[in-house]
Amino acid sequence: MDALIDQLKGEIIEQLNLEDLKKEDIDADAPLFGEGLGLDSIDALELIVLLEKNYGIKIANPADGKKIFQSIRTMAEFVQANKK
Amino acid sequence: MKAKKYITSYCSIKNGKVNVNGKELFSDSSLPSVDFIKSVYKHFQLNYPKFYKMDHLSKLAFIASDLLLKSNPIMQKYAAEDVSIIIANSASSLEIDTEHQNTISDKNNYFPSPAVFVYTLPNILIGEIAIRNCIKGENTFFIFDKFDSDFMGSYNNSLLDSNKAKCSISGWVDFYENKYQAFLLTIEKEQGILNIEHNSEQLNKLYNN
Amino acid sequence: MSAFVIADNIISPLGFTSSENFEQLKQKKTGVQRLETSELSSEPVCAALVDTLILNSEFSKLNSKTEFTRLEKMVLLSINDCLKQNSNIDVASKKTLIILSTTKGNIDLLDSSLAAKFDKKRVYLWETANVISQHFNNPNKPIIVSNACISGVLAIILGKRLLETNQYDTIIVSGVDILTQFVVSGFQSFKAISTEVAKPYDAKRDGISLGEGCGTVVLTNQESRIKSQEPRIVVSGGASSNDANHISGPSRTGDGLFLAIDKTLKESNINPSEVSYISGHGTATLYNDDMESIALTDAQLANVPMNSLKSYFGHTLGAAGVIESIIGIHSMRENTLIGTYNFSELGVTMPINIIKNTASAEINNCLKTAAGFGGCNAAVFFQKVENN
Repeated sequence: MDALIDQLKGEIIEQLNLEDLKKEDIDADAPLFGEGLGLDSIDALELIVLLEKNYGIKIANPADGKKIFQSIRTMAEFVQANKK
Repeated sequence: MKAKKYITSYCSIKNGKVNVNGKELFSDSSLPSVDFIKSVYKHFQLNYPKFYKMDHLSKLAFIASDLLLKSNPIMQKYAAEDVSIIIANSASSLEIDTEHQNTISDKNNYFPSPAVFVYTLPNILIGEIAIRNCIKGENTFFIFDKFDSDFMGSYNNSLLDSNKAKCSISGWVDFYENKYQAFLLTIEKEQGILNIEHNSEQLNKLYNN
Repeated sequence: MSAFVIADNIISPLGFTSSENFEQLKQKKTGVQRLETSELSSEPVCAALVDTLILNSEFSKLNSKTEFTRLEKMVLLSINDCLKQNSNIDVASKKTLIILSTTKGNIDLLDSSLAAKFDKKRVYLWETANVISQHFNNPNKPIIVSNACISGVLAIILGKRLLETNQYDTIIVSGVDILTQFVVSGFQSFKAISTEVAKPYDAKRDGISLGEGCGTVVLTNQESRIKSQEPRIVVSGGASSNDANHISGPSRTGDGLFLAIDKTLKESNINPSEVSYISGHGTATLYNDDMESIALTDAQLANVPMNSLKSYFGHTLGAAGVIESIIGIHSMRENTLIGTYNFSELGVTMPINIIKNTASAEINNCLKTAAGFGGCNAAVFFQKVENN
């Protein structure tokens, strides 16, 4: 799980162009949206693309993203359970 | 007789040089376009996390507008709805259009990106400037083969004459195939930091300077 | 000084003239269809596509020897129809200007399969506009407005403003965009496209339908150029604004759109209670339609009959503002309010008066609104004036 979390951090920094952030700046349990990383609605859609591109997981309804993208940890758990 | 309008500040970014109100504030001719734009952002510590999410065209518009409005903080003077943003370029958003096209041209590697697609409209850079500075007035993006000082000059003058705007942020922001140029200015009815009469001739002079 | 509408045309899947299009709307026929076209999308998509065979066959009637792109053919046909309608329009005059409104122009030329047919610079919007103005021997450099989904409304406002300067006496405003994989894939990545025909303002709305087409309106400040039998329609005001909120999501408060409407009505010297009809933006996304309902309520326009035409034409992007304005103009001429296709139950934040079924009503004026990516909003006001 820790390896997956670390990997996801790197992928998120790249996919979302968070150029001024490093992996260690991101807390795996901090909220991705709102306060935490301050991501927005486009980022949420971008995370959906990331899951499909890197893990083959399709999310048809963007509303499902709310639960999955709470934090890096919830995202990693989702990837673990649904990876193809 | 219509009242005179003035160019009260301007920012020009081209050929690795940043010029604000006639003073060269930064230069680095060694860097390719994108890296140069990022180095300007860092040099002036513009500190806006969303900067890195922007496409190159919006990044260029952002640094030019930020340096312009830091030199001339017009938003302290005018209401949000009284400031217009009227900008033009030649290549529209073709730089990021090409990037979006590349994400869909290969059927086996077909991953269109919303963060790329949203920038495939040139007026997004107006939106970025508006968000950063809370500007709510008239906004239009025009396309010309080259900077049209006659049209831009007279259109901005007519906006100010008819009170559709009290101040206009205007100019040219173009980025395509590693070529870039930004020239943004503020136009007001009253004299400001600079007192250059706003007309086609002066616009051309500053644009080409 | 007034900006009179003296000719208009719509090219869409519903027809190649404004009258044909208006007739289809009165019959409640939509141009949006479920398409299984691999050039547009790997999965089926609901959109309004102009039949290429019909487009080419109509275009062949112009007997042009030059090669034009799909988008240019639409514009040439559209302007040509306007010139046929009113012989007072002198397209080759120094006092006539062409304004082109488009978001993506010949963007299909970025696709390698088409690129070879045309010069590389044809993908630049100014080159597209040049090709069009040269075809009509217009001596002036065309003006191009590319401002997302408000482009068409902005172009009409610009036309009115330029007539006021007296530099021109005739302005031809053409709004155009074509349906491409480029645009479809982008809106798919935004998860913004409905699996069915869009349902504007409806409780069950779940996204947009895309479309393509061209709309042209010709404006003049010369009253003598109006054909006498027409009720006179003028553009009496217009304004744009920015939400300053987010580049892809509309402001939740609707303050940007409110501002554009407020400035437009003030310029037109009209009270909200005098507005007879609103042609909304109505893309059928959750947030846009909610935002409109809030802005219109704040503008005291919640009771005014309003429709969205996006479920007939799809969202035609840079053409939308022009096409939808033309339908508004014809609604005024025929005193007919067009029902909103696919609307059954209101589902927006504030109660607004969506027209369900097409009906007769006296329409003295029309407020056309638009909103788009980049936080932009625009409104334009058309009025019927008495013949002198």
